[in-house]
Amino acid sequence: MLQINNLHATINGKEILKGINLTVKDGEVHAIMGLNGAGKSTLSNVIVGHPAYEVTQGEIIFNGKDLLKMSPEERAHEGIFLSFQQPVEIPGVSMVNFMRAALNAKRQYLGLEPLNAGDFLKLMREKRKIVELDSRLTSRSVNEGFSGGEKKRNEIFQMAMLEPTFSILDETDSGLDVDALRIVAEGFNKLRTPQTSAIVITHYQRLLDYLMPDIIHVLIGGMIVKTGGPELAQEIENRGFDWIKEEVGL
Amino acid sequence: MMEEKNGFVREVAEKKYEYGFTTNVETEVIDKGLSEDVVRLISKKKGEPDWLLDFRLKAFRHWLTMEEPTWGHLKMPKIDYQEISYYAAPTPSKPPRGEASGHSPSGETEGGLDPKLVETFDKLGIPLEERLALSGTAVDAVMDSVSVKTTFREKLKEKGIIFCSISEAVKEHPDLVREYLGSVVPYKDNFFAALNSAVFSDGSFVYIPKGIRCPMELSTYFRINARGTGQFERTLIVCDDDAYVSYLEGCTAPMRDENQLHAAIVEIVVKENAEVKYSTVQNWYPGDKDGKGGVLNLVTKRGHLRGRNSRLSWTQVETGSAITWKYPSCVLSGEGSQAEFYSVALTNNFQQADTGTKMIHIGKNTKSTIISKGISAGKSQNAYRGLVKVASTAENARNYSSCDSLLLGSQCGAHTFPYMDVHNDTAVVEHEATTSKISEDQLFYCNQRGINTEEAVSLIVNGYAKEVINKLPMEFAVEAQKLLGVSLEGSVG
Repeated sequence: MLQINNLHATINGKEILKGINLTVKDGEVHAIMGLNGAGKSTLSNVIVGHPAYEVTQGEIIFNGKDLLKMSPEERAHEGIFLSFQQPVEIPGVSMVNFMRAALNAKRQYLGLEPLNAGDFLKLMREKRKIVELDSRLTSRSVNEGFSGGEKKRNEIFQMAMLEPTFSILDETDSGLDVDALRIVAEGFNKLRTPQTSAIVITHYQRLLDYLMPDIIHVLIGGMIVKTGGPELAQEIENRGFDWIKEEVGL
Repeated sequence: MMEEKNGFVREVAEKKYEYGFTTNVETEVIDKGLSEDVVRLISKKKGEPDWLLDFRLKAFRHWLTMEEPTWGHLKMPKIDYQEISYYAAPTPSKPPRGEASGHSPSGETEGGLDPKLVETFDKLGIPLEERLALSGTAVDAVMDSVSVKTTFREKLKEKGIIFCSISEAVKEHPDLVREYLGSVVPYKDNFFAALNSAVFSDGSFVYIPKGIRCPMELSTYFRINARGTGQFERTLIVCDDDAYVSYLEGCTAPMRDENQLHAAIVEIVVKENAEVKYSTVQNWYPGDKDGKGGVLNLVTKRGHLRGRNSRLSWTQVETGSAITWKYPSCVLSGEGSQAEFYSVALTNNFQQADTGTKMIHIGKNTKSTIISKGISAGKSQNAYRGLVKVASTAENARNYSSCDSLLLGSQCGAHTFPYMDVHNDTAVVEHEATTSKISEDQLFYCNQRGINTEEAVSLIVNGYAKEVINKLPMEFAVEAQKLLGVSLEGSVG
């Protein structure tokens, strides 16, 4: 599904990613762990095409296509979704109008007719249930006045609406209480299929207990320094990152 | 990537004004220049009575003593008033058989309207044939200096409603016109009001009799076509006791390199328990992306809430014109009268707007609301200027003002000039103002969800302007929404 080869990226001229290699196959969920500043969010931003980052070397191949040649919205249409670490508020734009614009843009890209208002609202109702999102929230402006937990649930709700094949959860667990974490994680699991994949960026084991990733990567200093199975996450939870640093000689 | 974006911006800036065409119709244009003779000539062409010529001449003589105002937050190009033609009338392509019948809406021949004029207004989305009309809307179509056609007049007449061009009203209802013309905006009011009073050409006249609720939207569509001319229209609306009318004006002009002057006056009289809603969707040619050409829109609009519990609301969506200088105002004399001003003013490229309102509270228990939304993009300058005045007689007057500015990019300017002048201790006057910017983060969030930047801006701007757009009649709200999107295309990136 997604193949990243020797990816180097900079922001404001400073190199953050220093040669990332990563392959995610259909149906897999990978977790990326690492200390703050290791480049985890940079990696997710580069995959979705954030204009502040410049790719200086390497490639990202998504379902056989050169992702780096596409605009952010094309990447979205192709099936890439980012659950933002800090979802932004857009005052005045209702969730309904926002989602409709997003969904119909994707449908247009795929050569489909736009959904009519009735079908669209029905779809909203169905998908809302996945993350137990109140209709009160979907009638508000995008993220405006949402609590931290509601914002994260709203991200997964949007994911449910847009049905991406490849999702990135960027610290979706940060700022969530135990119940909200469960709702978000269960919502995500309901959306998993053998054809969808994801990268989960997190500091904590809690979220991974729910999501049960197939592969764990440790990102330090802009490179993936260690890759392992689910037991690696448990070990990091117990021992921290220092032993890995020592192991790889950092 | 960047170059591609710039190319796109250029393309959009060049094609976006879709009303920029010119109609190739024979037009009678009088020689350039302004003098007493020209004022007399206009009056004669229109076959006016002496009292009106008198009014014009007084205005003209007063105008000569005045100077162009300079207090606006505007860089105004020098206007040479002798380089403008003050009267341009499209003439019918088929001359009427026999004698010209004095005044009938110009452009109308015995066989009906000149097809070219019909085509022009069709292209603008304003069908002049009643069977094709927007549901429930009567239209007065004005091209250059004359009214071309007023639809549904007969149907309205059944209810005693008068809706016609002001030239016709002068002939057919002289007493009404004489009573109210200049009663809300005296010719001495300001420089452009004096100019308009001297040379006004056409516009609409509306009279709603006592107790009548006008069954359809009335609208005037103004079109500048001829080169080197100014448009000086004059609209007068009188809404008698317990009557109601909703009125809309729309405007467009061809794309020309030169600035064209548009100096209009709108006067509204609202009597006891009567209500007038006046909506404007202003889309005059804004000039090109380098600020060349465009209409100078210098307008005096004022309503007088004379009667007890009378109500007046101004709603304006201003997206066009190189310069917009206008303050639709309300004089609240009637006890318990209520006035509203809802405005969206959008400026892009080199456009300049200095717009707002004046709420003059004179009567007791009067109430006014001001909601202003400025949107600035490109290198434009957008100012809100508003006056809330409470006279000593206005016990318990209330005003609420909210002025928001939205900035797109960092080369544009937004300014707010609120003035308050309160002479009664029982008055409550509130003012709120915010300035915000569409952030890169907001745009990227939309992009990541598959919404491209143009559409994202349009969504955000329409969301921001919603409160005002919702005040417009349905069909026009949809138009206004599209217009906001189109006017901003290419403004981000």
